[in-house]
Amino acid sequence: MTGTFVGMPAFPTAAREALADTQLRHNLAHATGVIRGKRAAVVGEVENWEDLRLAGAAVKDRALRDLDEQLVRLEESLTARGAVVHWARDAEEANRIVIDVARAHAVDEVVKVKSMVTQEIGLNEALEAAGVAAWETDLAELIVQLGGDLPSHILVPAIHRNRAEIREIFLRRMGEVGRPAPDDLTDEPAVLAGAAREHLREKFLRARMAVSGANFAIADTGTLVVVESEGNGRMCLTLPEVLVSIVGIEKVVPSWAELDPLIRLLPRSSTGERMNPYTSTWTGISPGDGPQEVHVVLLDNGRTRALADDVGRQALRCIRCSACLNVCPVYERTGGHAYGSVYPGPIGAILNPLLKGTGDPQTDSLPYASSLCGACFEACPVRIDIPEVLVHLRSKVVDSHREDRIPKPEAIAFRGAAWAFADERRLGRLEKLSGVAGKVLRRRSPVVGRIPGPGAAWTDARDLPAPPTESFREWWNRTDGGKADG
Amino acid sequence: MASARDEILGRIRTALRDVEPDAEPVLSPPGARVPEALGLIDHFAERVADYRATVVHCAPDGLATAVAAALPVGSRVVVPAGLPEAVLAGITHPVRDDGLTASELDLVDAVVTCARVGIAETGTIVLDHEPDQGRRAITLVPDLHVCVVRADQVVPDVPDAFPLLDPVRPLTWISGPSATSDIELDRVEGVHGPRHLYVIVVGSAPSR
Amino acid sequence: MVTCVNDAMFPGTGQAVVRLLRRLGVEVDFPQAQTCCGQPMVNTGYLDEAVPAVRAFTRAFEGYDAIVTPSGSCAGSARHQHQIVAKRSGDVGLVAAVAETSPRTYELTEFLVDVLGVTDVGAYFPHSVTYHPTCHSLRMLGVADRPTRLLQAVRGLRLVDLPKAEECCGFGGTFALKNSDTSVAMGTDKARHVRSTDAEVLVAGDNSCLMHIGGMLGRGRAGVRVMHLAEILAATEDQPAEVAR
Repeated sequence: MTGTFVGMPAFPTAAREALADTQLRHNLAHATGVIRGKRAAVVGEVENWEDLRLAGAAVKDRALRDLDEQLVRLEESLTARGAVVHWARDAEEANRIVIDVARAHAVDEVVKVKSMVTQEIGLNEALEAAGVAAWETDLAELIVQLGGDLPSHILVPAIHRNRAEIREIFLRRMGEVGRPAPDDLTDEPAVLAGAAREHLREKFLRARMAVSGANFAIADTGTLVVVESEGNGRMCLTLPEVLVSIVGIEKVVPSWAELDPLIRLLPRSSTGERMNPYTSTWTGISPGDGPQEVHVVLLDNGRTRALADDVGRQALRCIRCSACLNVCPVYERTGGHAYGSVYPGPIGAILNPLLKGTGDPQTDSLPYASSLCGACFEACPVRIDIPEVLVHLRSKVVDSHREDRIPKPEAIAFRGAAWAFADERRLGRLEKLSGVAGKVLRRRSPVVGRIPGPGAAWTDARDLPAPPTESFREWWNRTDGGKADG
Repeated sequence: MASARDEILGRIRTALRDVEPDAEPVLSPPGARVPEALGLIDHFAERVADYRATVVHCAPDGLATAVAAALPVGSRVVVPAGLPEAVLAGITHPVRDDGLTASELDLVDAVVTCARVGIAETGTIVLDHEPDQGRRAITLVPDLHVCVVRADQVVPDVPDAFPLLDPVRPLTWISGPSATSDIELDRVEGVHGPRHLYVIVVGSAPSR
Repeated sequence: MVTCVNDAMFPGTGQAVVRLLRRLGVEVDFPQAQTCCGQPMVNTGYLDEAVPAVRAFTRAFEGYDAIVTPSGSCAGSARHQHQIVAKRSGDVGLVAAVAETSPRTYELTEFLVDVLGVTDVGAYFPHSVTYHPTCHSLRMLGVADRPTRLLQAVRGLRLVDLPKAEECCGFGGTFALKNSDTSVAMGTDKARHVRSTDAEVLVAGDNSCLMHIGGMLGRGRAGVRVMHLAEILAATEDQPAEVAR
């Protein structure tokens, strides 16, 4: 029912297809434009926003700097409050834990809170294979799931769909999996949201087991935190008898008080609100209130690999707000699918290689999917220097090919550049050649039009100025630094 | 074979060989100041109303009347076991929550509760689900949530709320009715949680 | 530092910087040993290949009070990337040399406003101009409003606001080749915004970005010329700017 990112082409190819989809580009430009404006307004009203960013980054760094101790404390406090703590090295292990809990309670369906980590590990597909239906309950996730589609944004997975497309998906698919959409469904967002409410309510009321992620996990107290808008999260966290929460090990916050800056940063960066409608916190089991069996799965799945990278580990500070996606000029044009992962956009371009390692052509193309404009770093509430990490990961990709028996043309070109730039006399000789070419070309036109070969990547869409007949260096030497210039 | 726990902790220790821990907790930057022209309570009321919630202000002796006015005539109203008499007085036929099932709650029109903290800057009310607020489910399933906040429970900003909250209790931070921006990032109020939030602020702000 | 791109492709920009700085009483030299800041290699992931360029940079600029360059991108590279390259090389001498040159490297407008303390450089340019703040000058260096303050002080110049000015033009070095389609999509939007201003001239502080936007404008047969900021600031009644490109 859901699509898969497996086998996606490298970014430039996927981007080319996305760029050709004018409807998609229109949907994205509209949506990212709206959210940028909202974010700018609510961030602008916080006087000490930069101090908050520093504090948010410091809290996450402090948790990461002795992550082993933090996790052990988290485990202790959770266990003391009645939760069962599991550890999972990878996706398969985490999925198996969830399936085992489902089997122990003989459930054939679970309701799900929107969670990036369960998408990362492919939990829905694993549950389906085990005969358990997983119902996404966040509106955008529902749209994606019903549409047999892939998420394209961290916060708004269906950002690539407009209202008319959503109406069509609801009309066509809701009836097949539960309460159908009303026949008179319009494409008004309020009406569509109402249809989702009716469709999901029966599932909420009967579900015996829920699966969630967590935005934060407080080591000192064992408190998990889910930040949401629609109340679907509260439904899942409150009504079923059994709750399984899958928590990436980087979600730890050392103490309750240190959650404060993060709670202030996240909604303004994410939905552009002063505060999101609902934040739920729970600590193990609360007698007489909510699920009376609570499991927490602490997941690695590549996070320790990212932690071992001294430049890249800052990416583990990410609180999944998606501000970097919304301000990214590349994301705005290509959308999320081109990144071939549940983590798209600038953060995805660093997180995927950090979690998976380099070596796969699709993953290796991601650090290059950026013009390094720096808008992402500026917007990031926990100050992840994404351009710095992108450049660092590019060097890892290049280094992984240093032993190739047949080097790539690009590698040969850069070796040549290294040779030329080592000494100005070598560079000067090349410039003389360029000057000769310039004299020839400028006889025809001051610009170069379409040319074949590697230069086509430039000249297919842009003119190239013809080289000047004299380089600056030649001018300086001819005119004694301009002093003898006519 | 090593357990997943030992293996993950081992990988972390290897990854962090070059890193020294930070013993000192990070101090939070101060929160926003209350606009002087408005004052704390009006600032709170304005920010709650920004989310398209209804906000009214009443004196302590007008509480029952205010509660009654918040509830449409003939509403089926669930209340937590510990709801104060002064609030209860405004409800004609309260259904006291004694562990109603989710389906039973779905047949109820409204819920009336107290709160633990109000946060002015963000227009947030926080429930800690003490007996005057009840189980989490009762403020979730009904479509109208009437929440009584005492003026002396309102604080300026989020950092002022943290020390007042006990994380060991379940907490629900509520900022307006449920909402979504999932369709073209157009904000729509009213999805799964209560579609209507009605906040009654009782009394006046203590002089600070 | 004239930069390799300006040296080979846009000598007029370097000449303008020399004229401008001399007019302001600065003693200008062009150390012959300079080649490239190394950014193209670093930003593509070829750190080892950047070492010779960084070494040439430190050798060329040793002993000068200030290293001034008409490129936010190259200044950013010298300030933020040279140390990464030096450390990678394992050459402690190079690390020490970079620690000397990096902090003395200025983008042209930083040097004019912060070091020389001028915003009115005595320029004359009777044209309507729209300004594109390049990403590296804006976000990597934080030059903020220095370029627009300089432009506003130019006599005869009418500065027109560029819509979505702070959005990247899509050049991005080898990004323009590796992700040519996306780069062109970004450039197309930038060119559209430039045309919408009806300005005669698009100005920026980096010729690489201008080469990209100018290439898009040229292909669109738009009548907007592109010029480096230095060429406008160097222009006077006696020595008017060449507005050919």
